[in-house]
Amino acid sequence: MWDHEIRAMASTHAIIAASMLMATVVPAALVPGFSVYGTHLLWIYSVSGAVAAVSVAIFWLLGISPPTRKHTLGYKLSRLFRSCLYFFLSCMFFHIVVVLYGAPLIDSALETFSLAVLLSSLTTLRCLCVLGPNVQAWIRVFSRHGAMSVWDTCLQITVALTVLGAWMGAFPIPLDWNRPWQVWPISCSLGAVFGYLSGLVVAPTWIHYHRKQLTYKCK
Amino acid sequence: MPAFEETCSSRPAQCRLYPFRADPPTTTMQRIKGLTTGSLPTFVDMGSNFASRAISDDNLIHQFGQVGKRVVFMGDDTWESLFPKKFYRSLPFPSFNVHDLHTVDDGILQNLYTTMVGDEWDVLVAHFLGVDHCGHRFGPDHPAMADKLIQMDGVIRSVINHIENDTLLVVMGDHGMTETGDHGGESQKETDATLFLYSAIPLFPGPPSQDEPDVVPQINLVPTLALLLGVPIPYSSVGQVLLPLFPEFGPAQGAVAGLSQLEALWINTKQVSRFLVTYSALAKDIPSESLAVLQHQYENLSSEYLTFTREGRSPPRELSLALQAYLTSVQDVCRATWARFNPLKMAAGLIILALACLMCFTVSEMSSVLVRENNFRLRATVVVALLVGVCVAAGQLLSWGYVELAWCMAATAFTSELFFLCQALQSKTSTGVKNEAKAPKSASWRTPRYLLSPPLVVTLLRFASMLSNSYVITEGQVVTFLLRSLALYIPLRLNWDGLLLPANQDPSKPASLLPSPASPPSTVRKESSTLVAFFALLVGSLYLSLFFHGCREEQHACQPSPFLSSLARVKDNQLKNIFYVLSVSSLAVWTYLLRKCLQHYGNLNSSGGTVFTARWILPLLSVCLGLHWAVSASPENSFRNLSELIKLAQIFIPRAAYCLLGLGLALIWLDPLTVFVKTRPASGTLKNLSVPPPRYRASTGISPQAELHHLIPQIYQRMRRSLDDGETSGASEVDNRPAVEAYGLGTVYSAPLLLFCGLLGLGLLHLHPEGMALSFLLLLFEMGALLHIHASSTTLCDLRGVYSGGFNVPWTPVVLWSLAATQFFHATGHLPTFSSIQWEAAFVGFPGGHTGTFLPASLVTLNTFASHILFAVGCPLLLFWPLVCEVRGSRAGKASGEGGEDAVMEMRLREKPQLFSSALLQLSARYLFILGLQVFASVCAAAILRRHLMVWCVFAPKFMFEASGFLVSCVSLLLGVSLVLRVDVAVGHWFKRLVPDVSR
Ligand SMILES: [Zn+2]
Ligand SMILES: [Zn+2]
Repeated sequence: MWDHEIRAMASTHAIIAASMLMATVVPAALVPGFSVYGTHLLWIYSVSGAVAAVSVAIFWLLGISPPTRKHTLGYKLSRLFRSCLYFFLSCMFFHIVVVLYGAPLIDSALETFSLAVLLSSLTTLRCLCVLGPNVQAWIRVFSRHGAMSVWDTCLQITVALTVLGAWMGAFPIPLDWNRPWQVWPISCSLGAVFGYLSGLVVAPTWIHYHRKQLTYKCK
Repeated sequence: MPAFEETCSSRPAQCRLYPFRADPPTTTMQRIKGLTTGSLPTFVDMGSNFASRAISDDNLIHQFGQVGKRVVFMGDDTWESLFPKKFYRSLPFPSFNVHDLHTVDDGILQNLYTTMVGDEWDVLVAHFLGVDHCGHRFGPDHPAMADKLIQMDGVIRSVINHIENDTLLVVMGDHGMTETGDHGGESQKETDATLFLYSAIPLFPGPPSQDEPDVVPQINLVPTLALLLGVPIPYSSVGQVLLPLFPEFGPAQGAVAGLSQLEALWINTKQVSRFLVTYSALAKDIPSESLAVLQHQYENLSSEYLTFTREGRSPPRELSLALQAYLTSVQDVCRATWARFNPLKMAAGLIILALACLMCFTVSEMSSVLVRENNFRLRATVVVALLVGVCVAAGQLLSWGYVELAWCMAATAFTSELFFLCQALQSKTSTGVKNEAKAPKSASWRTPRYLLSPPLVVTLLRFASMLSNSYVITEGQVVTFLLRSLALYIPLRLNWDGLLLPANQDPSKPASLLPSPASPPSTVRKESSTLVAFFALLVGSLYLSLFFHGCREEQHACQPSPFLSSLARVKDNQLKNIFYVLSVSSLAVWTYLLRKCLQHYGNLNSSGGTVFTARWILPLLSVCLGLHWAVSASPENSFRNLSELIKLAQIFIPRAAYCLLGLGLALIWLDPLTVFVKTRPASGTLKNLSVPPPRYRASTGISPQAELHHLIPQIYQRMRRSLDDGETSGASEVDNRPAVEAYGLGTVYSAPLLLFCGLLGLGLLHLHPEGMALSFLLLLFEMGALLHIHASSTTLCDLRGVYSGGFNVPWTPVVLWSLAATQFFHATGHLPTFSSIQWEAAFVGFPGGHTGTFLPASLVTLNTFASHILFAVGCPLLLFWPLVCEVRGSRAGKASGEGGEDAVMEMRLREKPQLFSSALLQLSARYLFILGLQVFASVCAAAILRRHLMVWCVFAPKFMFEASGFLVSCVSLLLGVSLVLRVDVAVGHWFKRLVPDVSR
């Protein structure tokens, strides 16, 4: 069962990574003048869209998310609505956090918000897929004994690495090298994406090597 | 200055106008040195701007004196201190008072024309200061500046009209000014001024030609004036003569001395090359290859010149150009390698500093061992170190014949550090062998896992950030970023450990680490929400504090905070009123919060000195501040009839504030207890700990000292219980003393310290521009938020029994605290550059200027390092705050953890004096370690990057600010810790007095 889950996770992650690659390559071929630095916002939205669509599809197909108690259409709709609301709220939350961390307040609000959307689709969306719209569970998952399945552990790793990557992405901004990628928010979004990608790689590997120590109380 | 252009366009043969470029640093004293010695400045002289010492190098004034020229001087008294007794006649006027725009100029003008007309001079130096002071006071775009410039224009015109045929008029600025009217750095606005030359008879062949210099370096004036007046060029000058002032061929007609351009250049070249040879032989810091090139060039030139003169031919124009090129390249080489470095000393200093940091770290990790083991041979260490120092001194005396104190001290410090570390290592191993049980716990600090914990990683990041000029330039934002990140780490970590949310909330959660989490979820929830609320406060105040930053020259897009300029500079009246109201209300909030806090913990009921300070001096001081701001902000012309009164008020209100501050601090020091005890039964209003009453357990049963309970219900209940315990154990009351001391008096340590900080903060605010009141309020918020976050996280750990025991403050809050100190250094408008020093602070309460240099220097120091001082003094609060906040709801946890004790807050510290002292030692050692590491980083940066382009404008000033900040912080930390010890002694005495009463 372990190997099965890990293999499923690895293939899922491969698909997600491939979709991110496609989201970068395909528009470059189709849209004239598309580049990661030049049309950065476009790139951000294309990557976020790809990740969001692929994650939702895969997790829905795999049926990872917690079993719903009711199967009525109304309940499902309200769940969907709440998920969308949470996603939007998390965009706002990330925006505020990034501004508090020193992003310009008014000057490049659109850039900041795009970064927030990217971060949300890399982190919050996964939470939504794995845990459902339940903030309590989200907070609970990020504790030492909070993970209750392989997917929870994977979620911990990818989210932490994504946020860490975005955080580290802020480091080169003050340097006076005058490189194109030092412009706000390119380094941060690149950092987040690289953090996420490394999370995709690290999570299955780490779980594979620590599968003996991992014991989940209830599953 | 229309006078320049008009003269130059109407009489082009008599006048020249050049841009005049100074070498940084552009402080007045350095410029006067440069203008008289012709040498390039060394940066370290900068600090001595106010205690200007006499120039010992060869200089123009000295040379004039040697040949009997009469030098008359008038103006800026810096000259008089640089050249004492060198002038034929001297009329110095006080220069330090920036507010005084007219004394110096009027003094000069009264004497200038009479002197000029008279025949008693050969060289006349008049240094006007009005424009400079006006820039410092109002900035370059103020109407007052226009008035001043018009006045100067008139002066120049009339001097031009008075001048005689044999006189050369040189008008120059010693430096420029920035947008804010300050100077000292090396931006082009600061270095560039004007040089205007005029003579009453035609001096130049015609209007300026193509090959005249574009920009004249300031040092070039020195050889020019020397040769024109027929004196030797000062020895250490590397300047180059200003050729247009010399006739092109042969002896000139009339006024100027008889040197042709080529002769002047030749003399200049010989002098410079002689200096270069001697200097390079002595200092050896000029790269040998460029020295060889220069030497070769010089030999070629000299042989060429000598052949021409021997043959009597007129030398070609190329030779003159080659000589000029030689002089220019010497200047460039000297500029590039001027500062002298001693690599050996630098390495020694770095090693000593690194060892000192390591020592601090060791002390902080071994504080309990140090306190426990009295046989730790500190005295031996000191003795050995002193011995080594004396030995080194003796060795130097024997071998060299003189003593270099630096090396002796270095040897002493090095030995003591080495000795200490060896001993620490020994004791570590011995204790490790002795009790294996304790060994793993105490040895854990040397594992990489411990060293890579986030607070230390943040410290290392900060260390690394000092090595990059971009990070130093944006240090304010960088530190804020690190501070936020580390603060965010606390709740994340708590959540990771499962301590943030109530444990039994989630049934699916695995049974927690503890057998039974005794804390009710409501308490945890409350504590967590406190934590989050204060985290929000912290982040908010951090964000707002970014609006108070100043701007460096390197930050082009930056706008300095509007709060940084004093109110007197604000022109719009309505804006002024808004600023004033904002400042005063934040002042009021500061005072109110402090009083409220003290009142909340019941520290305002006794009649001691501290309480008197809190009740009367604190509000009075803030009223004083408000009044002073009102007076100094009132426009000078609006109340003409009251101007005398305003002048008086400007002197006396700040002085009254200083007196109040001194009185308050002294009172706190003399009588730090805020405990209220009344032994007479009459009074029924005893409230020292009952406002609001901590929920002490009600008395159970009647004791032998029953009547005492009625007299002083709160404390004595506690005492009785302990006396009961004592009786059962059969000990006498005197032996019981520690047990008795353990109760009551919740905030006896923190209250005086808090009040001390608050008063000090008001005093330091007094030295800042008015708008900084808001920033200081944010500082108070941030301090409070940090303390509460620390307290809440400790409590949350406590509630689950994770608490390791002892009062040790973990690294995270200490690192946060030190980062906050740096952050508020920036948020109070300071920057680690010399041009951003707020010199106005020296005139608060002394608008008439100073006579000495100590008082203004210390006022400016206090202003510059205000946040360092406040945070260092308040550092012990980190130790007390978890105990102060304990009463809020962790009692249940305590009850399970420590056997039914009630909240006794800081009295816990007296229960375990050893733990207390070790925790205090650890806290200060940790704080010192972090500060020391910052100094070490800046020293490393300055040492490694000493050939970096930015070294003189970024790294060297950063190093000097960091080092002085470290010294100031050390002194303040000592002050804070000694205040705590003072309170401890006072509490001890108090108990001694109390116990016999109880037993009687
Ligand atoms: Zn000056
Ligand atoms: Zn000045």
